[in-house]
Amino acid sequence: MTRLLAFDAVTAVRGGRVLFEGLSFALDAGGAAVVTGPNGAGKSSLVRIAAGLLAPAAGRVTASGARALVTEAHALDPEVPLARALALWAALDGRRAAVAPALARLGLADLADVPVRLLSTGQRRRAAMARVVAAGAPVWLLDEPANGLDAHAVGMLEALIAEHRAAGGAALVATHLPIALPDAVPIALGGAA
Amino acid sequence: MSGLGAIVWRDLRRAWAGGGAALPVVFFLLATILFPFAVGPDGALLARIGGGVIWAAALLAALMPVERLVAPDLDAGVLDQVAVRGGSMAAVAAVKTLAHWLAFAPPLMVAAVVAAGLLDLPAATLATVEIGLLIGTPGLAALAVATGARVAGLRGASALAGLVMLPLAVPLLIFGAGALAGGAAALKLLAAVSLVLVAGGPFVAGAAIRAANS
Repeated sequence: MTRLLAFDAVTAVRGGRVLFEGLSFALDAGGAAVVTGPNGAGKSSLVRIAAGLLAPAAGRVTASGARALVTEAHALDPEVPLARALALWAALDGRRAAVAPALARLGLADLADVPVRLLSTGQRRRAAMARVVAAGAPVWLLDEPANGLDAHAVGMLEALIAEHRAAGGAALVATHLPIALPDAVPIALGGAA
Repeated sequence: MSGLGAIVWRDLRRAWAGGGAALPVVFFLLATILFPFAVGPDGALLARIGGGVIWAAALLAALMPVERLVAPDLDAGVLDQVAVRGGSMAAVAAVKTLAHWLAFAPPLMVAAVVAAGLLDLPAATLATVEIGLLIGTPGLAALAVATGARVAGLRGASALAGLVMLPLAVPLLIFGAGALAGGAAALKLLAAVSLVLVAGGPFVAGAAIRAANS
């Protein structure tokens, strides 16, 4: 088993408030973790710490291999067609050829030429997932990936994560919506907030 | 991480889309035109102060795009996506400085020719102004990106940007306009100031972006 992501006694502090303390878990190839908790419990901070965007107040985070991230901000230029907006990120990843298959996989192939600003919330969320698929990174860090998705799209998301795990990837999913992830490590945050 | 060049083209495209890159140029010309109205149509006087007027107007015009340089990308999560791919924020700032200079400096230098006509500048003065702008605008671009990163997300960002950026740009103004009287020595000092800003600006901007994110 390859260890892809490990938290060792990680503490997160935001604005002087301790969100969680001494959190430890590890994700191996094929593994998944689901982060749940009330609003403000630190789900997004946990994902940002896992992504290396935020430094933990204490503890250590080790990650091997590339990470792909979905957050509330879609980071797609609103004025350009969807395929071109994704192509910017594929260019940074050196995987330009991966855009078209990723769009098809998320059911967005028909929208490739539509400017991002005309897409609905759910379509943008699927586009953000398409960027994750196109990146080909072994570790997926998904912050509320099911927000704005209809039941069919949630099923698509669950299938995608299952496929990714079967291929030797790992996924860390923070969500307040139910997402079926078999054998996922549950991480429940907060409750005191 | 390769392909930071893709961000240069993307920033350039975004600067021109919607006429954003044209605004500073129009503002620059308007600011220049104010002076003949203010001091009167005395050709000799205008020719004498014209070089300095162009430099002051260029500095004010450089302030206009500051708010658009970093803040939108910070809000849209673009910088997060770069960071998760292992890109350093200082490298992103350097790339943004290059893109901003490409979008800002060449149109400004063309507009300076028009301004020189309006102010009745002699050809030799115009040449010195253009050489000065070529040397000074990279420093101005680096300063603009660093300022944009520093004020991103703050209330009253545009007003603050002016207060932060203009004092730091004064050396560029002194040596840029000074080159009109001082010649090569002032141009060398202008180049030194510009070089310091280009070398240091991306690191300041990178640190500011990381601070805004944490």
